Amino acid sequence: MYVKQISVFIENKFGRLADITGCIAEHGIDIRAMSLADTTDFGILRLIVDKPYEAEKILKDNSFTVSMTSVIAVGIDDKPGELARAIRVLSDGGVSVEYLYAFVSREAGRASVIIRVDDGDKAVELLTSNGIKFLSDTDIADM
Amino acid sequence: MKYFDVYELIERDELKELQLNRLRKTVQRVYTNVKPYADKMDEAGVKPEDIRTLDDLRRLPFTVKQDLRDNYPYGLFACPTDEVVRVHASSGTTGKQTVVGYTRADLDIWNNITARAMCAAGATKGDFVHVSYGYGLFTGGLGLHGGAEKLGAATIPVSTGNTKRQLQIMRDFGSSVLCCTPSYALVLAEAIKDSGIDRSELKLKCGIFGAEPWSENMRRQIEQQLQIKAYDIYGLSEIMGPGVAYECSEQNGMHLNEDNFIVEVINPETGEPLPDGEYGELVITCITKQALPLIRYRTRDITALTHEPCGCGRTFVRMMRPRGRTDDMLIIRGVNVFPSQVEHVLLSMEGIVPQYMIVVDRIDNLDRMTVNVELSPDMPFDAIRLLEQKERSIKKALESTLGISAEVHLVEPKSIQRVEGKSVHVIDNRVLD
Repeated sequence: MYVKQISVFIENKFGRLADITGCIAEHGIDIRAMSLADTTDFGILRLIVDKPYEAEKILKDNSFTVSMTSVIAVGIDDKPGELARAIRVLSDGGVSVEYLYAFVSREAGRASVIIRVDDGDKAVELLTSNGIKFLSDTDIADM
Repeated sequence: MKYFDVYELIERDELKELQLNRLRKTVQRVYTNVKPYADKMDEAGVKPEDIRTLDDLRRLPFTVKQDLRDNYPYGLFACPTDEVVRVHASSGTTGKQTVVGYTRADLDIWNNITARAMCAAGATKGDFVHVSYGYGLFTGGLGLHGGAEKLGAATIPVSTGNTKRQLQIMRDFGSSVLCCTPSYALVLAEAIKDSGIDRSELKLKCGIFGAEPWSENMRRQIEQQLQIKAYDIYGLSEIMGPGVAYECSEQNGMHLNEDNFIVEVINPETGEPLPDGEYGELVITCITKQALPLIRYRTRDITALTHEPCGCGRTFVRMMRPRGRTDDMLIIRGVNVFPSQVEHVLLSMEGIVPQYMIVVDRIDNLDRMTVNVELSPDMPFDAIRLLEQKERSIKKALESTLGISAEVHLVEPKSIQRVEGKSVHVIDNRVLD
């Protein structure tokens, strides 16, 4: 249902992204999915990793600005129309998507979608009643 | 050679006599009417009757901006408040404004000294004076406005902003004298070039520029680009507003209106007076003001004086262009800004820590202020929307406190350099020469 996401605040400064990804790599954290949102003077790097609590601690210890949030993770078939169906369920139910990113799973024919919405519980209810499957932190760790 | 009145040519001996007479009256008046002054003088062991010569001025204690703040808003006024006909205010260092007041007689004096400045710049009754200083609590707009009217010129109270409209007014109304900050004069020059207005369509002949530091180089640029003569004017609201000192046709220092003010330049550390030509802090004593006659007010401006006779014939002492400040006050687009005001605003906001860096640049002749603010490590920042909202709310709060707009950038926690002891909060990239 919900999975832990690590967000890192990044000033638009040369080399900053390399520093962060380098730091995670050094500690053997595996990135499952990521997205980088940017404005003119800062960006937010969002990460789904195999060990979120460890990643949070390591980044904090290295003076990065980190915040952990819960986001919805759903697993869908990797074929045309599947993502559209999931989004339609949310929009018909009056839930707004704040951001979203997707990645293809190692499991053949499956894709995962990370969604942040304005009303998480309502989104879960809508998706569940429409037969859409969720991923858990364990699913992410075991990928 | 044109003068506005005979005082500008007063013999030095006569001036000194006039000054002493006015000083003694003023000291007596503040001692009687202003308790904080009486207390200060008692503490220093000096009575009004001890002021027998102009040199005795040095026995009087200094007044500093903090005194105005401590007695906010009207505590240092020396007249009954029903005699006050105008109030102005300037930004204070901690969000509290410095309030100044004027009686009818004070306004007459102020108008008179700005009229002298206009006249010295070559303005006459027949001119159209275009005032692009801000009108409001800031003394710039109404100060020059009063002088232009006193001179008998047609006064156009355009105020600041809307450069396009400024140009249209300038051309259509036949503005011949321009009053604004020197950097805005360059903005106007640039805009004239871009607008396709031919210089021959404009009647501009001279300009009176002040409220911010500038340089000889900027003067040359303004004179070349606008094809006018550019004159400097000095003032501060605590003393009067613009017109405390003004430049003449010689363009070599500003004449201080010594019939209304006694000036000293002191070593800011020891308080000892400095000889002509040596740079130090300008200290001004008001000797004609009724509402707020400050005694030995420390302006924080660094300048030097010269008593050398001036080619224009005026006998008033001249001060050089101020070289800087003894405090951390910044002048941005003509507005006084103290870093502590920024700190004050930031302290009232959530989600950030009051660690900040003010960066000032001059881009296309306009000052631009950017405030970098550290995000609090605990701020939940996952949504960009929230961060942008935060930036906007800081920007809004700064603008309402400072009276000018500033860019706000959120930066990573602990990314602003901490310096042991005195913190560095300002990077001023403006180059004046």
